[in-house]
Amino acid sequence: MNRIANLTRGIFRENPTFVLVLGMCPTLATTSSAINGMGMGLATMFVLLCSNAVISLIAGFIPDKVRIPSYIVVIATFVTIVDLLMQAYTQSLYEKLGIFIPLIVVNCIVLGRAEAFANKNGVLDSALDGLGMGIGFTLALTILGSIRELLGNFTIFGLRVLPKDPSWSRAAFFHEPMLVFVLAPGAFIVLAYLIAIFNKIRKQ
Amino acid sequence: MEYILIVIAAIFVNNVVLSKFLGICPFLGVSSKINTSIGMAGAVTFVMVIATMVTFLLQRYILDPLGAGFMQTIVFILVIASLVQMVEIILKKISPALYQALGIFLPLITTNCAVLGIAILVIKNNYNLLEGVVYAAASAIGFGFALVIMAGIREQLELANIPKGMKGVPIALLTAGILALAFMGFAGIVK
Repeated sequence: MNRIANLTRGIFRENPTFVLVLGMCPTLATTSSAINGMGMGLATMFVLLCSNAVISLIAGFIPDKVRIPSYIVVIATFVTIVDLLMQAYTQSLYEKLGIFIPLIVVNCIVLGRAEAFANKNGVLDSALDGLGMGIGFTLALTILGSIRELLGNFTIFGLRVLPKDPSWSRAAFFHEPMLVFVLAPGAFIVLAYLIAIFNKIRKQ
Repeated sequence: MEYILIVIAAIFVNNVVLSKFLGICPFLGVSSKINTSIGMAGAVTFVMVIATMVTFLLQRYILDPLGAGFMQTIVFILVIASLVQMVEIILKKISPALYQALGIFLPLITTNCAVLGIAILVIKNNYNLLEGVVYAAASAIGFGFALVIMAGIREQLELANIPKGMKGVPIALLTAGILALAFMGFAGIVK
């Protein structure tokens, strides 16, 4: 029962993006389309899962004073692994995410979970916590990316949702996709409303 | 001329916060008062320029000759983390006044992704040392510029009547979105 709670905590109740508001840089920067957001989320999930597991194993041996630099080395190692794997197998996604893959290392969620959870709990619990947080982050990024892609390009995951031909509807809203949602301002605006809606749902 | 273009591009056209999305955490966290945001901007400028210089030299003279480019992430983040600590200790010793002003912001900078981001971008863009330093300084100024504008707006927002659900982070993000929209107007000034 407790194990399930560890896994589900990150998905809704303590969602890293909507509730804790951590790791904003990749959240805003990589969600110009659903697939980019999901790719970033999965890369972060891998790092979270592995670093949480390893840190919970070695936490007992690390002197308290040097724990943060030690955690950063562990995290940076897994980030480098993801970086090289993505460069080898998902070249186009790797180029789109660009600098934000090495920047997973300074994503506050990863270090935050190491410090708040993994160094006090067992391997399995820490791995589940990392997985849950990763799923929550991936879901948030995918939702954000889907909405931005839908509004800015009328597609989700590259599939056309609304026809580009404006004659099907009389409402001006549907005639032209709003490009601004794919650009930088759209990221801030969509996320602002998503957090507000999420707060509203959570309070009920 | 080249340097002026780098400066204008980094401050206005590709603003580090509003168009590159680097350093959003301090941008949202430390932007509620103008005074603290100026302190943060100063600390970031200081660390960013030094960090870019050091990481550039490390990449050029140690990692590249050894063919160890894949170690970039690990080396850079360790260098930045220890650099921040060192700057803190040195400042405390030689300039207590400056330490008083910047001190509390320094530990926060280690997790500021703008510092690591700019250090990596300088390598990716193939700048030389001087271009890299100018780029880092200009990016830091752009960061400070956005931060101070944001703080000014948020001081006024305190007085505004905001719907309950939008209070806090959502309204800050919305403000940032409108700021980003304004900064889009600079697009096209420099290629």
